[in-house]
Amino acid sequence: MADAAFDPLASARPGASGRVAGARAMWREANAIQKAAFVVAVLLLAAAALAPLIAPHDPVAQTLIARLRPPVGFERFKEGHLLGTDELGRDVLSRVLWGLRLTLALAFAGAIIGLLLGGVLGLLSGMAGGVTDDLVMGAVDAQIAIPFTLVALLILAVFGSSLQVMVIVLGLYGWEQYARIVRGEVRKLMRMPFVEAAVAAGASRPRIAFRHLLPNIVSPLVVQFTLSLSNIVLQESTLSFLGMGVQPPTATLGSMVGIGRDYMPTAPWIVIFPALAILLLTFAVQILGDWLRDRADVRLRSR
Amino acid sequence: MTAPILTVSDLRVSFGRHEAVKGVSFSVPAGRTLALVGESGSGKSVTALSILRLVEREGGRIDGGAINLFGENPVELTAIDEAQMRAIRGNRISMVFQEPMTSLNPVLTVGDQVSEVFIRHRGLGVREALAEAKVALDAVRIPEAGRRLGQYPHELSGGLRQRVMIAIALACRPQLMIADEPSTALDVTTQAEILALMRELQAQIGMAMLFITHDMGVVAEIADRVAVMRHGELVEDAEVSAFFAAPRHDYSRRLLAAAPKLGEGSPTAPPASEPVLEVEGLITRFRLGGGFLRAARHFEAVRGVSLTVGAGETLGLVGESGCGKSTLARSVLRLVEPSAGAIRLAGRDLSAMDRTTLLHARRDAQMVFQDPYASLNPRLPVSELVTEPAAIHGVVTRRHSRELAVSLLEKVGLEADAVDRYPHQFSGGQRQRLCIARALSVKPKLIVADEPVSALDVSIARQITDLLLELQRQEGLSFLFISHDIAVIERVSHRIAVMYQGEIVETGPAAAVLFSPQHAYTRRLLSAVPRADHRSRAAPPPAPRTVRIADFAGADAA
Repeated sequence: MADAAFDPLASARPGASGRVAGARAMWREANAIQKAAFVVAVLLLAAAALAPLIAPHDPVAQTLIARLRPPVGFERFKEGHLLGTDELGRDVLSRVLWGLRLTLALAFAGAIIGLLLGGVLGLLSGMAGGVTDDLVMGAVDAQIAIPFTLVALLILAVFGSSLQVMVIVLGLYGWEQYARIVRGEVRKLMRMPFVEAAVAAGASRPRIAFRHLLPNIVSPLVVQFTLSLSNIVLQESTLSFLGMGVQPPTATLGSMVGIGRDYMPTAPWIVIFPALAILLLTFAVQILGDWLRDRADVRLRSR
Repeated sequence: MTAPILTVSDLRVSFGRHEAVKGVSFSVPAGRTLALVGESGSGKSVTALSILRLVEREGGRIDGGAINLFGENPVELTAIDEAQMRAIRGNRISMVFQEPMTSLNPVLTVGDQVSEVFIRHRGLGVREALAEAKVALDAVRIPEAGRRLGQYPHELSGGLRQRVMIAIALACRPQLMIADEPSTALDVTTQAEILALMRELQAQIGMAMLFITHDMGVVAEIADRVAVMRHGELVEDAEVSAFFAAPRHDYSRRLLAAAPKLGEGSPTAPPASEPVLEVEGLITRFRLGGGFLRAARHFEAVRGVSLTVGAGETLGLVGESGCGKSTLARSVLRLVEPSAGAIRLAGRDLSAMDRTTLLHARRDAQMVFQDPYASLNPRLPVSELVTEPAAIHGVVTRRHSRELAVSLLEKVGLEADAVDRYPHQFSGGQRQRLCIARALSVKPKLIVADEPVSALDVSIARQITDLLLELQRQEGLSFLFISHDIAVIERVSHRIAVMYQGEIVETGPAAAVLFSPQHAYTRRLLSAVPRADHRSRAAPPPAPRTVRIADFAGADAA
């Protein structure tokens, strides 16, 4: 029992060999679904990263004579367009690959901005209390009260919908969730004896924040991160659908679903493939998130 | 011995692959009390839960054995289905749990919760049930029973809540009441009242009691028979007089020896020396409520306390819950900001320091907390945990911290290979050793220990107090040792201070305070302590009790 329990600690020790051993142990202990999710995530990341190399066509090049052609295996299939073409004769496969690339970048950038913003504000709010807490929580309430789409549309209308503005808008989406979670956890932890023990030992506030509070709120943060990643993908598609997102002809998964909706009865493949990509992406992220959360918890690790 | 009301024969219960109860047999005589004694993990609570068949809810499984309930309708409890069991629970067998705080539903009134039993088991209407509930509350001596019916659990004190639980348990005049550590969470004076009440009601109703406890003093107060459990097995089952006179099993003897007993003597006082800690006129106030457009009220938790702790000396601070002793401990280290008063630690004025200086000054005084499970960061390995204060104060470099950790572990009696483990891999006593090692890492002059052994089993608690005494001898440490348990205080203290309602009402050398107490409260506290000797059973003398919290006002009526 004892030896088995200590094995995972190899990853906690410094040194490259320890880390490799830890990763190996992690893979060995994973179940089939976690392994599948990992493989899917790697494939999606590779597809997104290599999109310029592996996409068979220019994602925005139109071939109007080959409009609305179905994927391989169907009647009227056109050679070279494996997943068919859309209403303007653009190659769906190429657009999915490029769209995946942009959507992934937007979602990760947005989720990380939200995590940092909300995390820092929540930490501040929970540790400081008093007026700081009131102000931050007031901002959180305001953000919840005002429909985000409205705010996003306003910002995009004023600043134009460039990629940078889009990243910032999506970063603002969901920060209040992080802030609330972090604040709640921090307030709970601040009352724990081990935090009091650190204060009694003479620890400074940053030390308490980074050594005692943050490691203990990793789990809810990871869960929120995976949720917000999926939400951001959907939010981006909403904005694209309203014509305020990334401007056509640039492909994102969301905008492809939004536009393809009109052709659902006659050419469902325009919607199905980007939607499938979104599905796989969110699925993989959620499973990996749960996995990481469990691994991050030393109490669960040794079982 | 009278005919048994309940027999348990060869009961076996397991949780997954872990066998929690391994073939336990005993019987509870009708109208009498069997005390089931053991340390945590001995399987005594699991046994009790199995009788009510509640153990399945906790993930346990009854693997074998029989539980027979006699009386008018004899029944074998392991053989009947859930619906039949529900008719027995709360009706023929009832249970009182340890935590009066959490075993009442916080959003229902007391009246709702007591009358529920009458509605459920006697089929009364709501109005009659409420009337019965009032009678039931009267029976457990709850003052102003009519008003209590409309109150919520948080409006009652711990003692009153436990009385409500007992009222619920007795509502249907059960044949057997199972009480799982019902007085452990209570103050000694309240505990004495509750135990007296239970004995009296038992005689009235003529029911049997299965009383689960780890406290030998409580056993002596209440039991007729004693059954000792260890590692899921019953090691001894005897009449209470025989048990205390001559325990047969080795483990019983050790359990009795480890139990803190008043009058065992205190350590000899060190020669008079320079004080390490001097506190004068300390006052700590808390804001209650208040806020926007609402005036705040204030509550004085510590009211003008003065005390000194000399070098190499232990000052024991004893008092009941809510008396302000923990707030005092925290105020002394300025973990809670005191409102007034002077604190001098190792010759430096702590009360006037700014934040940065204070952080440095905290090196001289470290703290050990009550709950060893919550006072270690679960995400850090031991090597970093125990050396953290040293790292904060720059006493040790990163490179040498591992060596320091090993030497600290050795000091507190833990194996060196523990440095790479995480807190959850240790038992409660080992964790408390880690907390002590952490406090020692900066070689402090003073350690403030807030109820350091209250969460531990008696034998473990004894090891921890022995360790503290040993460390004091070796390193000349001073302790401010806080406890609600006067027997523990006696064992470690050179001087004792008694705290009551935010003030220190009596202070002096340990022997003087214990053997010739001057203040009425000290006398009351001493007389309420259950002694591990069944011959000294006596009702606690009613003492004048000026009361702090409104709800306590009536508790004396009992």
